Amino acid sequence: MMTLISVELFKMFKKWRTYIGIIAIGVLALIIQTALYFTGKNMIDFQMRGMEDSFIMVGNLFNGYFIARMILTLLFIHIPFLVVLAGGDLLAGEATAGTYRMILTRPVTRMQVITSKFIAGFIYVVVLVLWMAFVSLGLSLLVFGSGPLLSAGSGIVIFAQNDVLWRFLGAYAYAVLSMTTVIFISIIFSSLVQNAIGPIVSTMALIIVFLILSAVPVDFLQNIKPYLFTTHLGQWNIFFNEEVDYGEIFKSAGILFAHCTAIYAATSYIFVKKDILS
Amino acid sequence: MNSEQVIEVRGLSKKFGSLTAVNNLDLNVFRGDVFGFLGPNGAGKSTTIRMLLSLIKPTSGEIKIFGKSILKERREIYSKIGAIVEKPDFYLYLSAYKNLEILGKLSGTDVSKKKIMSMLELVGLDKRYSSKVKTFSHGMKQRLGLAQALLHDPELIILDEPTTGLDPQGMKEIRDLIIYLSREKGKTIFLSSHILHEVELISSRMIIINKGSTQVEGTVSDLLKSDKVKVTFELDKIEDALRAVKDSSWQKEFKSSYNNEISFELTKEEIAALNKFFVEKGFSVSAVVPVRSLEDYFLRITEGGSK
Repeated sequence: MMTLISVELFKMFKKWRTYIGIIAIGVLALIIQTALYFTGKNMIDFQMRGMEDSFIMVGNLFNGYFIARMILTLLFIHIPFLVVLAGGDLLAGEATAGTYRMILTRPVTRMQVITSKFIAGFIYVVVLVLWMAFVSLGLSLLVFGSGPLLSAGSGIVIFAQNDVLWRFLGAYAYAVLSMTTVIFISIIFSSLVQNAIGPIVSTMALIIVFLILSAVPVDFLQNIKPYLFTTHLGQWNIFFNEEVDYGEIFKSAGILFAHCTAIYAATSYIFVKKDILS
Repeated sequence: MNSEQVIEVRGLSKKFGSLTAVNNLDLNVFRGDVFGFLGPNGAGKSTTIRMLLSLIKPTSGEIKIFGKSILKERREIYSKIGAIVEKPDFYLYLSAYKNLEILGKLSGTDVSKKKIMSMLELVGLDKRYSSKVKTFSHGMKQRLGLAQALLHDPELIILDEPTTGLDPQGMKEIRDLIIYLSREKGKTIFLSSHILHEVELISSRMIIINKGSTQVEGTVSDLLKSDKVKVTFELDKIEDALRAVKDSSWQKEFKSSYNNEISFELTKEEIAALNKFFVEKGFSVSAVVPVRSLEDYFLRITEGGSK
């Protein structure tokens, strides 16, 4: 199994498309950091307007944590679209290239092959989120320094410097689960077709459709909203609430995990039964 | 020929919706065979090969390889099989060497540089080992396909049109390699080809299928021996030769004459006998041209649709 996983990762990281997400995140983070370096102070002043009269502000609020939080918020919406570029190609790429015939006539089971694809997809997500953590949090802390985190949600919350890092770690860990769900969805679509474009477009379309349905104020749709995976993708935000609702986090994580498990089981069934005609 | 059965297929059928691609096919391949698998386009050859390799599931029937069911003991069987299924496709963005390394790893075989380079050398690609496969011609991919099929030293080699896209020299090299693998290495080879001359040259046994069903199966020599071949003799003194034929028992095999040529329908054994007849009668035979061979036999079988 380890051989299969290492082969999958080798193939994946030899492809140009794998690096699109990594490059995009790196470039976007750098652009945001550069822009904030020159104009970010105004943003802090804007968020704190009217509060200077009532509170005494100490410490550096315009710091690496603030920048990282902002990058996380801005990029997270778009990361699914970067993730599916790699996920959509995992199985469909083999069908397009005709290499199914090569790998499935080796002494490996189809279950092993499909499992290695899912694990490779998961590892890609981990790499991507770690990279995002490095360029957004790591670099921002290096350039802008540390300090308390000003978090604007339903209200303004300022977390003490020593109360911040674990929140980021929790958010990144949750982001891994969110993006794993997305890449798994792209893999199941990938198992159904012979061209990587189909799964990429289908996964994106599914996310957009679910987001639209979630926003429609109709009882029926609001009732199913808690079961749609899109409802739970952004729950990493809870880590930046003053009181972290762990019950809510575990519930959302459980729903995403159930999605991942069901998708893995369904894809495995499809793949094991599939006639290889490519 | 060894009587140990390597491939045993019974009542194999595959339907795609209303289309029957393979219909109640039986196959027997024995150890050491170079087994020719013939049929016109759409006859069901590739579907059969895909079923042999468990890439697609049969609608009905049974496939045993090395005495074991391919559906139940796939992994064990795969470790003893090397195959090219239709055109050999590779990871185009990787080098020939890396492709073989990956496939070797999946086969659980030795993937040392020495082993991989020896395989590439065997198929004449050692000088291009670091080139990406996307830069390869179709013929080079075919050679690489053979290398990957042989990489783990399999007992049974399944080759689907292995010489397609090769130049005449390349075709001969592949034929020689197949003969070498069979005779020197004792490999069993299942060879699907539409180049009938190729099958005639290197196969010990063959089957012709059409519309998914077996038309004939047997040794190549037996199948051709039992069938008459149209042969044209080029002779001097054509009028005298025609008279000699008319006065002999060869008259019943006579078909036609034109200029200095006389045509007969003969078995392979009769060709030699008639040639001897002409020589003994003092005629000078300048050419003996069989105008019917496996091609003709194949066409008659597949067009006739019956044995």
